Amino acid sequence: MSGPSDVGSGRAAHRRAVSHRHHGGGLRQVTLGAAGLALVALFWELLKASGGSDHTLGIVSTDDASMPGVAAIWSAFFQEDVRGQGRTVGAAVLSGGWYSFRLAVAGFVVALIVGVALALLMQRIHVAEQAWVPYVVLSQTVPLIALAPLIAGWGGSLTVGPFDWKPWLSATGMAGYLAFFPITIGALRGLKSPQIQAVELMDTYAASWWQTIVKLRLPASVPYLLPALKLGAAQAVVGTIVSEISIGLKGGIGRLIIDYFQKASGDPSRVFTAFIGAAVLGLVVAAIVGVVEFALMRNLAGPSGQGVSV
Amino acid sequence: MSGLIRRTARPGIVPVVAVEAVDKVFNPGKVNQVDALAGISLSVAPGEFVSLIGPSGCGKSTLLRLIADLSQPTAGTIRINNKTAHQARLDLDYGMAFQHAGLFDWRTVRRNVELPLELRGWDRSKRSERAAEMLSLVKLSDFASHYPWELSGGMQQRVAIARALAMDPPLLLMDEPFGALDEMTREHMQAELIRICSATGKTTIFVTHSIPEAVYLSNRVVVMSPRPGRITKVVDVALDTRSDEARQSAAFFAKITEVREALRAVERVDERVDERVDAVVDVGLGLEDR
Repeated sequence: MSGPSDVGSGRAAHRRAVSHRHHGGGLRQVTLGAAGLALVALFWELLKASGGSDHTLGIVSTDDASMPGVAAIWSAFFQEDVRGQGRTVGAAVLSGGWYSFRLAVAGFVVALIVGVALALLMQRIHVAEQAWVPYVVLSQTVPLIALAPLIAGWGGSLTVGPFDWKPWLSATGMAGYLAFFPITIGALRGLKSPQIQAVELMDTYAASWWQTIVKLRLPASVPYLLPALKLGAAQAVVGTIVSEISIGLKGGIGRLIIDYFQKASGDPSRVFTAFIGAAVLGLVVAAIVGVVEFALMRNLAGPSGQGVSV
Repeated sequence: MSGLIRRTARPGIVPVVAVEAVDKVFNPGKVNQVDALAGISLSVAPGEFVSLIGPSGCGKSTLLRLIADLSQPTAGTIRINNKTAHQARLDLDYGMAFQHAGLFDWRTVRRNVELPLELRGWDRSKRSERAAEMLSLVKLSDFASHYPWELSGGMQQRVAIARALAMDPPLLLMDEPFGALDEMTREHMQAELIRICSATGKTTIFVTHSIPEAVYLSNRVVVMSPRPGRITKVVDVALDTRSDEARQSAAFFAKITEVREALRAVERVDERVDERVDAVVDVGLGLEDR
């Protein structure tokens, strides 16, 4: 048996390892991320340059209209968005990103509630799992673009109590529709992860189903839920932007992409500012989930990352 | 044979556990039917320490699970403190420890011990007071705020015992709790368990594979045979002392021999059955050949 000092130093070593992994790792990640971005920009410019004076690379056109240079895209951020209004493209992308971000978060919250509730129901009623999992999988094979106009159409004729259906609710619904799938599957796996012995331990305490959920199954599902939440968050962003585009919702990144595409012949670099805005939006959402993950995992899981010591 | 076996506790005392003519059949009527237990009767008196020992598949863990109401007997009755096993489970009349400590990794040692108290809605100060008491009983007070994965296997098992004792149940059910520990830790844990049981006056039923462990710990050792699980012999141990010296005493070795011979008798019966089964199979094959 280990003496107190062994165990004490083991704990300290673990704490050091954790703090090292996260603090040192954070800086490392930022540096690597910046390096990766620089590499992409460099590759882009090389590709463009290799087109030569006739601006073609096989079937790919490398002229400024198809591949605006990095500098051109950068300067596009500071151009005036609509002549005479004084707002820059950068500001437009930022406010579009903020709008889409809120829709995506709302969609994600809906997905989280629906996904976990569905997983709880399927855990509780085994027949429900067998009956629904195929449909949950099937729901994801229907292309979102096919559904978006349909949902927007339904929404237009819908009144929920005193509230009229707003178009942004359709986008949020779509984001939730895309995001709930990984959350449901991850939560279900997590809820079912405790070993039979841990469940029987709760039985020996005559714990209720709900107590077993709160004290055992939910904490044990955290390591399964976190990757699912990450995936779900990314899906919510994709769902928001795709549905903004397909129902033509104003205010978000999706609409900016359409607008800038329509003006692409005049200024192709603007389309790329909207693309970059969408990518940053995805990164911000992933970073937020990462912070939640760090906060939850710090105390929850051991070095093994497993739920229950055996 | 059953006349020789004292299956009941001393007359006049209400037993903590009373198992009467219990059968357990898994998958009855199906191809994979298993007769796990047949005609089990056992009575355990207050404060008694009883070990169940026997070869793998003799149903000793099954019997413990029936007493714990984690599984239902096919026939017979089980009463704990003169209640049904089900009612006893609802009333937290027993605490259970398994082969694996089964601590929750996301809880500190103290919060693991508090788990059953939380489930019963104890308030925070009462919980932490009781947890501190239990952890000092298993000599782990210094590790209250550690996480389970920071502890050795023996320490984890002590936390599991503290958790099983937290609600102060009159009965302790232990399913090979020291099975996964090394020999040195195991002997240490046995001494600790005896100290804890005599300090708290618990009644204990203890499942084990180890003959010395059963003899060292128990007032009575119940020897079981497989297919179907039956009680073949009950050995009264009653060692005078349970110090480390007791492990070297002649009385200790005499009891080990007695239990071992009871287990050998089980094996011999088993072999005869196997021979007969082989013979039947041979005849069967012969018939099919024709």
